[in-house]
Amino acid sequence: MKIHEYQAKEVLKKFNVPIQEGYVIDSSKDIDNTIKKVQADFHTESVIVKAQIHAGGRGKGGGVKYCPTFEDAQNAANTILGMNLITHQTGPEGKMVNKILITEALDIEKEYYFAITFDRSKNSDVFIVSSEGGVDIEEVAENNPEKIIKAWIDDSTNSLDNAVKEIITSLSLEKFQNVEEMFKNLYKCYLESDCSLLEVNPLVSTTDQEIIALDAKVDIDSNALFRHPEIATYHDKSEEDPLELKATEYGLNYIKLDGNVGCMVNGAGLAMATMDIVKYCGGEPANFLDVGGAANVETIKNGFKIILSDKNVKSILINIFGGIVRCDRVANGVIEAVKELELDVVVVVRLQGTNAKLAKKILDESDIKLISAETIDEAAKKAVEMIK
Amino acid sequence: MSILLNKNTNILVQGITGSEGSFHTEQMIEYGSKVVCGVTPGKGGQKVTMKELPVFNSIHDAKKEFQIDATVIFVPPRFAAKAIMEAIQENIELIVCISEGIPIRDMVTVKNMLDKSASTLIGPNCPGVITAEESKIGITPGFICKKGSVGILSRSGTLTYEAIDQVVNVGLGITTAVGIGGDPVIGSSMIDILKHFQNDDDTKGIVMIGEIGGNMENDAARWVKENLNKPVVSFIAGQTAPKGKRMGHAGAIISEGSETAEAKIKILKECGISVANTVSEIGITMKSLIG
Repeated sequence: MKIHEYQAKEVLKKFNVPIQEGYVIDSSKDIDNTIKKVQADFHTESVIVKAQIHAGGRGKGGGVKYCPTFEDAQNAANTILGMNLITHQTGPEGKMVNKILITEALDIEKEYYFAITFDRSKNSDVFIVSSEGGVDIEEVAENNPEKIIKAWIDDSTNSLDNAVKEIITSLSLEKFQNVEEMFKNLYKCYLESDCSLLEVNPLVSTTDQEIIALDAKVDIDSNALFRHPEIATYHDKSEEDPLELKATEYGLNYIKLDGNVGCMVNGAGLAMATMDIVKYCGGEPANFLDVGGAANVETIKNGFKIILSDKNVKSILINIFGGIVRCDRVANGVIEAVKELELDVVVVVRLQGTNAKLAKKILDESDIKLISAETIDEAAKKAVEMIK
Repeated sequence: MSILLNKNTNILVQGITGSEGSFHTEQMIEYGSKVVCGVTPGKGGQKVTMKELPVFNSIHDAKKEFQIDATVIFVPPRFAAKAIMEAIQENIELIVCISEGIPIRDMVTVKNMLDKSASTLIGPNCPGVITAEESKIGITPGFICKKGSVGILSRSGTLTYEAIDQVVNVGLGITTAVGIGGDPVIGSSMIDILKHFQNDDDTKGIVMIGEIGGNMENDAARWVKENLNKPVVSFIAGQTAPKGKRMGHAGAIISEGSETAEAKIKILKECGISVANTVSEIGITMKSLIG
């Protein structure tokens, strides 16, 4: 689960990581008061106004503004709150800014990149740091890979101490007080909050010789949210695709794509393979949809509803491998759903597994417009050809 | 011969009193699996299923009365890591975890403990292991399997079934099929399972099914090139998957270039592995190699 910068900073603060302080608002009537409060509470004239959306590149897109005066801050806040922010991560349609964070402005000496994530190949956590902070880290990785330092933390004794020493040395941060403790707190935060990613970009040194997290991006392992009820409340539904959200409510796993062949499949791997074969046959998949292990009338009906909310869809390919679920039941479910929803798109069905032959007979003999197929290959070709 | 599992393997079911656990215990017994007992903490003393299998509070208690070779775990995700660790502690040789949705952090702890033990873990978030016409541990539909010469390993459940079905339909049949799971941290890697198939004389060819995310297929491809003397057919799902989107499985997300389907297919081919163009060509490709 992704969370906002201001929420990530709240999490960091609980682990005593020094952050750039500020207040978040979602209404323009609070702008003036909040700017004054930030100026007073953090002893600063200049402030920063930052759009709170789940996407990187906010600065370049005009969603982060340095404001030397109260009037500048007023203007920036009024512009950014409610704007449609387009960055390289939002896609061309952009994202509506519903919240802004107004923070103190710090006198920065140098910017660094810092992140902790999990390295699958080593079954270890890894610190990723760079002296090139505040910029797009992917660009640094491509153009100056030698400027990215990695230090792994495994379960051996002193592993964390050694990794922390390594990053302090590589960034030449020895002169700063408590820096070792801060990195350890960041790691503690990452571990104890079940983060899958904790990124601070930039981490800055100030002219007052302090190290502070100027920004924060934290992703939480959704499977671990039961341990973190307070973080679970950070979930911002407005950041998600409404169709994907609706699918989640139905217990389905759906991701919208740009094509016109809708896919309904059981199992994530088979769902991807089905999308691939649609493309191989010259079509474009409209979505990824995994209806889960037990495909029944209800899940199939809901699957149709989700797929058909996408107006680009011209045909639907249903590919179910019935293991424990019998195919004749799935076939009856498909027929019932098609009848009830009065579908007017091409529906191609391929069922394999227990009672597959009986299922095909049921589909072929039904009075509704359905195309049945025996192999995935045949089904994909039909779903693509019928709409050409 | 087969790998990991045969008709004599004594199986314990963790979470046997739950709805999934009891349903699949019946299914396993029907297939011929030698399920001897179950564990559900707090429910020791009960008898479950048609066979009146005894339920114990812990594996420790079960071991006093039964020889246990393998355990299968059907417990809710938040308790699953604890269940795996209990099995490791009790030195169970084969542990199969079906549960989906275990926090990564829990699995890292499990994996560290596992690496220092003699146990083999398959999964989590997997369909389990099936040895054709002998025994199954997990949820793979038994009726699709016929005894034969092909070993199957896969990161995806339904793609495992699809591969079994195709291999059986082209007349080859299978030795053992292993679903290793779709999570970022899993007990046994592709290489671990390939090593078992390498040592099994009945396995003449191997189907290896991967997907986007991680680098396990790439490591396995290089290992095959260096070590394996049996033909391998591979398929990688997710050629049309967009970057940065989690495609169902927690592990199926592209975060760097080498994790795309395209990159994996290239490496597999460079290592001499036959890669099926589409999911429907897995069986015939294998047939063309060992048929």
